Amino acid sequence: MDKKHISFGKIFGLYLPLIAILLFLLFPFYWTFITSIKPEAELYGSVVTYWPKNTTFEAYRKLFFEFNFLKAMGNSLVVTVSTTVLSLVVSVLAAYAFSRYRFKGRKFFMVMFLTNNMFPTVLLLIPLYAIMRKLNILYTPGALVLAYTTFTIPFSVWLMNGYMNDLPSSLEEAALVDGANRATAFIKIILPMLTPCIVATGVYIFMNAWNEYTFAVMFTNEANRTIPVALKSLIGQLGVQWDLLTAGGIITIIPVCILFFFAQKRLVEGLTAGAVKG
Amino acid sequence: MQEKKASIWPYLLIAPALIIVIAVVFIPVLQAILMSFQSYDLRRPNNIAFIGFENYIGLFNDKLFWKSLFRTFIWVGFGVGLQFIFGFVLALILNQSFRGRGIVRAVSLIPWVTPGVLIGLMWRWIYDGNYGVLNDILMRLHIINDNIPFLSKASTAFPSVILTIIWQGIPFFAIMILAGLQGISQDMYEAADIDGASKMQKLFRITIPSLKNTLFITVLLRIIWVANSVDVIFNMTEGGPSYSTQTLSVYIFNKGMAMDLGYASAMSLILTIILSAVAIPYLINKFRTEEE
Repeated sequence: MDKKHISFGKIFGLYLPLIAILLFLLFPFYWTFITSIKPEAELYGSVVTYWPKNTTFEAYRKLFFEFNFLKAMGNSLVVTVSTTVLSLVVSVLAAYAFSRYRFKGRKFFMVMFLTNNMFPTVLLLIPLYAIMRKLNILYTPGALVLAYTTFTIPFSVWLMNGYMNDLPSSLEEAALVDGANRATAFIKIILPMLTPCIVATGVYIFMNAWNEYTFAVMFTNEANRTIPVALKSLIGQLGVQWDLLTAGGIITIIPVCILFFFAQKRLVEGLTAGAVKG
Repeated sequence: MQEKKASIWPYLLIAPALIIVIAVVFIPVLQAILMSFQSYDLRRPNNIAFIGFENYIGLFNDKLFWKSLFRTFIWVGFGVGLQFIFGFVLALILNQSFRGRGIVRAVSLIPWVTPGVLIGLMWRWIYDGNYGVLNDILMRLHIINDNIPFLSKASTAFPSVILTIIWQGIPFFAIMILAGLQGISQDMYEAADIDGASKMQKLFRITIPSLKNTLFITVLLRIIWVANSVDVIFNMTEGGPSYSTQTLSVYIFNKGMAMDLGYASAMSLILTIILSAVAIPYLINKFRTEEE
């Protein structure tokens, strides 16, 4: 293989299309960031600048001190962390049962969880709104957490089940022979082995709950709205405040990106395993 | 290795997840069915009553419903179709070896983890008719002479939101297809090389047939997600101008926001039935895989 010489084939078959696709995929983020650090005069000037002549972090300051974005971030954090913890706990238990026990109705229950992913959001949104209104829990963080479990639990059960099926059960059996009961074996042996998968599933749940808008806009009011709803509310009263909006956008995706890069490899493995295996 | 004897343990373990799912999914679905036969409009809370099939008859005569439904097919057809093609191309590129491949792979997934709201708003700014960068780029390239208000013209709004959903979906397709590509044994390609097969022949005779199942599952999943997606369109156009970007999901969402819950439920049940044409093959496939 001749490494120094870059062939035409490689340029047209690899680098050019790669650069074109990456440019298309990443330019909107670059543009969002650039917009967030442009002063207003430049933002709404007659010439569009591709790198700001003057940079300012005024939009970020305004976002926190005048718009109170921190409140929305706090609300999002409460909802997202609660959703993640609740979904993980119940899904790990259910996935463990599906993976390690053969019991009557197992397949029926598994399909039941799978079917959940197939219901349109809007199909659940409307009746959930009516039910939560009746129960008087609309506009509480709990309402959102429950709404989010409609998609996080079924998905996590499947993801965790896939991971667990790939783990050998010999270690648990050894523990059982040693006289440890199942609960102890679960906590002492299974759980530590599962930690990377639990982290990956947790990141997936976190991302979905953090990003969710459709439920959030109907189930929150001004006091407990989450980041996506707060972002949208920057449109309206005084036209669109693009500098604030893009600054908010950048702040919103930073935590998600950090978590994602951290768990990326295993998460992709888990997501693709199901499709590839079949 | 697996426990054969009947025990109460597995049932106890699945109970918490099952109870939550029944409460937040199955009961609401039943509630939606009930509501679809009611005049359930929260702006007129005193008029809530059973009205038989009136909502269904209403939507049958609702031109907007039919238009939104038709638009959903276009939305899914172009959206998923082009995500598929570009995702496939990206996967083929990422399957080659080059420096920095790991980073490129991770970075190219960012659109997939970006909130739909932000995607809608970012692109709304890019498409802006006065200060939008897309207009500026097209002007500099002398493709257009005057700014186009992409999202406020009925003729350009729908193609514009479709381009945005394509952008969002490319990474997911790419990553699923890439995983499939890496599962194909190299021996087949080597054998094809010995037989003197061309690149195209290898693509259509080896690569695509080997990926059949991956492609099938990914396309089905993606159809369901894209058909149900509300946040991107809603944050770009709210379904306008003059309903030109209103898919059925967005129509249902708008009706829900307007508190006409009975009518919205009837429409969402119709949408569910239509989507089950896609969901049922997916479920059967999963079920079959699980049996092995």
